[in-house]
Amino acid sequence: MEDKNKIQYIYGIADNALILGQRLSELCGHGPNLETDIAMTNMALDLLGQTRSYYQYVAQLSGEGKTEDDIAFLRIEREYKNVLLVEQPNTHFGYVIVRQFFFDIFHLLLLEKLQNSEDDTLAAIAKKSIKEVSYHQRFSSDWIKRLGDGTEESHQKVQEAVNHLWEYTDELFHSTDDDKIAVENKVGVNTLDLKEKYYQKLREVLEEATLDIPETKWFKKGGKQGVHTEYMGYLLADLQYMQRTYPNMKW
Amino acid sequence: MSEKEIKNLEEIFEQRIARDEKIEPKDWMPEKYRKTHIRQISQHAHSEIIGMLPEGNWITRAPSLRRKVALLAKVQDEAGHGLYLYSACETLGVSRDELYEQLHSGKAKYSSIFNYPTITWADMGAIGWLVDGAAIINQVPLCSTSYGPYARAMIRVCKEESFHQRQGYEIMITLANGTPEQKEMAQDALNRWWWPSLMMLGPVDAESVHTEQSMKWKLKRKTNDELRQQFIDQTVPQADLIGLTIPDPDLKWNEERGSYDFGEIDWDEFWQVVKGHGPCNKERMSARVSAWEKGEWVRDAAMAYAKKQEDKKLKKAI
Repeated sequence: MEDKNKIQYIYGIADNALILGQRLSELCGHGPNLETDIAMTNMALDLLGQTRSYYQYVAQLSGEGKTEDDIAFLRIEREYKNVLLVEQPNTHFGYVIVRQFFFDIFHLLLLEKLQNSEDDTLAAIAKKSIKEVSYHQRFSSDWIKRLGDGTEESHQKVQEAVNHLWEYTDELFHSTDDDKIAVENKVGVNTLDLKEKYYQKLREVLEEATLDIPETKWFKKGGKQGVHTEYMGYLLADLQYMQRTYPNMKW
Repeated sequence: MSEKEIKNLEEIFEQRIARDEKIEPKDWMPEKYRKTHIRQISQHAHSEIIGMLPEGNWITRAPSLRRKVALLAKVQDEAGHGLYLYSACETLGVSRDELYEQLHSGKAKYSSIFNYPTITWADMGAIGWLVDGAAIINQVPLCSTSYGPYARAMIRVCKEESFHQRQGYEIMITLANGTPEQKEMAQDALNRWWWPSLMMLGPVDAESVHTEQSMKWKLKRKTNDELRQQFIDQTVPQADLIGLTIPDPDLKWNEERGSYDFGEIDWDEFWQVVKGHGPCNKERMSARVSAWEKGEWVRDAAMAYAKKQEDKKLKKAI
C-alpha cells in the first residue's frame, strides 16, 4: 500500500480523536461537578495522546520533515477527515454525552479490530488505546443511563440529543477509496463489519436508559470527504490560531 | 461543659499543637480553630477552581499538541486540588454545597490573582512561573500545619505545583529563546504578572489581620513580607538567566541584607481587585455560577438515578 493512501486512511481515524479531544477541551473547568469535569478532561487527554501517536506516524511516513504539529494545525478544513459527529458542538451536557457514547461504541469496536492490523505501528497504537477507550465507553454508557432514567427533565434533554445526533451515526461506517485500499492490504478495518454490533450495542444501552430509538432513515455525511458542518471552521479557527498567527516558530 | 472545662481543653489543645501533634477531625478543637480552618481551606479550594478559568482560556488555542496536553493536564490537576481541599474542609463539618454557595454568593474569597485576564499564550508561562511560584512559597509551610487533613492534602498539592512551576518557566525559556515576537510576548507577560504576583503574598505585615493567630496554629510560619522577599530573591535570578527584565526600576541587590530591595507596590490596585473591581472578577464569578446552574439538571439526574437503583436493590432483597 502506498504511503499517501495510508496517510489518508490514518487521517480518517486520527482526526476523529483530535476534533473530539478539542471539543472536550472546551469543557475543562465548566463541568456540572468536579468529578465529571476531571473525567471529561481525562478523555480529552487520552484522545489527544492517541492523536499524537497517529500524527507522529504520519509525519514519519510523509518524510518531508513534517511534524505532528504541522499535521494537527496547518491543514485546511477540507483536508480534515473526521466524521461530522465529533465536530458537533457542546450544546448541553446531554449532547456531550450522546456524542461521546455514539463515538465510543464505534471507537472501541474499531480498535479491537485495528490491533490486528498488519501495520505494526497502527496495531500498537490501537492496542494501547483500547484500555482508554473501554473506560470512555463505560463512562458515557453510564451517563446515558443516568440521564435517560434520571429525572423527567434529564430524560427529555438526553432524548433530544439522541434524536438530533442519531443522523450522524451512519457516517461512521462509510468507506473512502483510501479506506478500501487499506482494507485490501490488511492495514485497515472494514467498518461495515462493525455496523450490526454497533447498533445492537446502542439499542441495548438506550433501552436500559428508557430512551427511544429514532426511526429516521436519513443520515448525514461528508466529513470523511472533508466536507464539514459550519461548526468546523470556528473549531479550527481556535485550534489553529497560534500556528496561523505566528508561523514557523517553536513553542 | 463549664467554662473551666473548656479552658482546660483549650490548654491541652494548644499544648498538642506546640508539640507538633496533628489535630484530626474527631479531636476536640476550639470553635475559632474550626472556623478559621474552614475559611482558609475553602478559600484555597475556591482559588484552585477559579484558577482553572484563566488557564482554561488557552487550552483550545495552545500552540502545539504537546503544550495543549500539558496545559489540559495542569488545569485538571487544579480540579484535583480543589477536590481534595474541599474534602479536607468537609471533615470540619461543612458540606461542599454550602461552600459552593458561599463562593457563588460572593461571601467567600479566592485568590485575587485569578481576576487578571490571560491575553496571550505567554501568560500560560508567566502564570506557571510566577503565580505557581508564589503559591508554592505560601504553601510549602502548610505541609506541616497542625490540622492533619489539610497538611496531608498540601503535601500532594505542593508536589504538583512545583511541577507546574517548572513547566511554566520552561514555556518562558522557550519564548525568551525564540523569535523577537516571542521574546516580546514573554516580556509583556512578565510586565503584567509581576506586580500582581507580589501582591498574592498578602498585604504588608502591619495590615495583615490574621497573622498572629495563624502563626500559633502553624497555618503560617513566616510573615507576608518575609515570604514576598523570599519570592523576589528566588525569581529575579531566574528572569536574569533567560534575559527578561523585572518591571521594577527600583529593584537593586542589597549587599548588606543579602536580598533585593524593590519598589513600592500599588496597594490601591490590590484592594480594588480584592473588593470585586478587578479586570475579570465578574467574568470569573459568572463562569462559575453558570457552570453550576447549567449542571443542576445533570446532578439531579444522577441523584434520581442512584435512588432508583437503590430502591430496585431493596425490592429485590425483600
